[in-house]
Amino acid sequence: MMKTKFLIIIVYILFIFQSSFAQNLKININKGQIEPLPIAIANFTDKNGKINKVGRLISDVITNNLVSSGQFKTPDAAAFIAPPSSPAIRPNFSDWTPLGIKALVTGSIHQIDESQIEVEFRLWDILAETDMIGLRLTVDKKSWRRVAHIISDETFQRLTGDKGYFDTRIVYISESGPLNKRKKRLAIMDQDGENHQFLTDGNFLVLTPRFSPSTQEITYLAYYNNEPRVYIFNLQTGEQELLGSFPGMTFAPRFSPDGSKIIMSYAEKGVTDIYLMDIKSQKLKRLTNNLSIDTSPSFSPDGKKVTFNSDRGGSQKIYVMDEKGRNIKKISNGKGRYATPVWSPRGDLIAFTKMLRGEFYIGVMNPDGSGERLLAKGYLVEGPTWAPNGRFLMYFKQSRPSKNNVSPKVNLFRVDVTGFREVKIVTPGEGSDPAWSPLIP
Amino acid sequence: MFNKFFAMIGVLLLLASCETASQKAAVSSSASSTGASKTDSVKKAKKSSASASGSSSLFAKGKESASDKLIAVGDRVLFDYDSSELSADAKLTLDKQSRFLRANSDLTFTIEGHCDERGTREYNLALGEQRATAVRDYLVIEGIDADRLRVISYGKEKPAVIGSNDMAWSKNRRAVTSID
Repeated sequence: MMKTKFLIIIVYILFIFQSSFAQNLKININKGQIEPLPIAIANFTDKNGKINKVGRLISDVITNNLVSSGQFKTPDAAAFIAPPSSPAIRPNFSDWTPLGIKALVTGSIHQIDESQIEVEFRLWDILAETDMIGLRLTVDKKSWRRVAHIISDETFQRLTGDKGYFDTRIVYISESGPLNKRKKRLAIMDQDGENHQFLTDGNFLVLTPRFSPSTQEITYLAYYNNEPRVYIFNLQTGEQELLGSFPGMTFAPRFSPDGSKIIMSYAEKGVTDIYLMDIKSQKLKRLTNNLSIDTSPSFSPDGKKVTFNSDRGGSQKIYVMDEKGRNIKKISNGKGRYATPVWSPRGDLIAFTKMLRGEFYIGVMNPDGSGERLLAKGYLVEGPTWAPNGRFLMYFKQSRPSKNNVSPKVNLFRVDVTGFREVKIVTPGEGSDPAWSPLIP
Repeated sequence: MFNKFFAMIGVLLLLASCETASQKAAVSSSASSTGASKTDSVKKAKKSSASASGSSSLFAKGKESASDKLIAVGDRVLFDYDSSELSADAKLTLDKQSRFLRANSDLTFTIEGHCDERGTREYNLALGEQRATAVRDYLVIEGIDADRLRVISYGKEKPAVIGSNDMAWSKNRRAVTSID
């Protein structure tokens, strides 16, 4: 909590500092403003209407999810009002209205047998004095966290109109050690940092993991046997499979929207182009063919277009082409170098990294290159990844090393696509290269 | 009102499909832990064999002194920002390097391409490959057999010097030749 406040203050100071130079630089970091909706989340009750431990934990997870999104706040005073003892009972709405509470989540949890629990929840509209949504789930009792995330997603969607993003996971690169002898491990965690696990042991370099849109698989770059190649990691079996067989380096992989292909870069003899490989048949198709660097490809959600990074015009810019590699067009039109374009799952925006006058930025633009907005800035910010609802971005940020600080910290951050509220994501060690999963099916 | 609510529950039950919820969570946690342990054991096996060969001294010593000689001759060339062009200085170094490579015809070499940290990861991987290839191509023109030269890019992953200043960055934009 303290840390978050601290961060907000820093962002604010940056903003002030920035605006005094704004006329020279003509760079504006977008700072959207959102008035959070007051909501109360009751502790979930058991069969007898009493609050139990898991019921309290579920309520805590939902509260943390909704508040951390920046869209909601939970006024402290609401804690003193007794919620109904069961989600089937209508709350006494007039208890809540004076506090300005607009919505109330109530729920129950009870044990069906040794391993299963039934969780029920309801979302109430306090002003209209009616229920907005209800849900009952029977799950393994170890899955109570997922239930809390699903309830958070339902609540978020009902109240904001956007799909939620809470029942998701983040794969990223966990980092430790000095910068010249960095240990990098593939790691995965729930979107809120829970259930953290390492997937590789750090004995070989791994980079740029990305989730499959449809299967429990990750594609990434690994230096097994000192040969940088694209691999696929199956989360269900733990198996790692080399994709294709190439004499040169394959890297910058991403899945196609249907999950059947990998689009990536292949570098040979000083030339880096973009290729598309069908995972099952291993059939390879070359999409670009030129002497410059073409990398960081990302499909549009309909699979019809690809945005990528190229220095074919002399310096790094962002381009769009069709899925066959034709109709190549430069879309970024500002000053500086542009990199790592990633198409939003909604299709409406492309996120990118921008380098200008010694600073790095995370921004978004329309797919035709118009409407560029910068959302975050730093000594080094890089590699945005979209939440499945296309409303939040995660990326990594390295602080500017001071003279005595030989190993500056690298961490994951998240920002609302309006530029509202940059939040540090807490990980056990340092972290980079985050990739957001789709909503877990 | 109440009927409507139960109808809603029914629909949501279908949508949220509670069974998959529990299955997936269980499957993914067990799967990924096996994945980690598998790679652990593979790596351990490799490590022990590596240290065994390392201790068989003679060859290691010979290699070490050849490495020292290569470093003395000049094992690395530096590049300008966002460039893989060989400077006049770099070519002088590579001329000396090629004599060393010719004199040690029994050895094979790896050329590592590196970048400074002021670029994005994937672009730098490509740029590092361009730099290492520029060195390889030059050495091949000088008469070195291409089969003796392997190219690898580390992008910005392995800086030679840690620091956020022009001096450090210029030393990190490099291609380093080493004995396999």
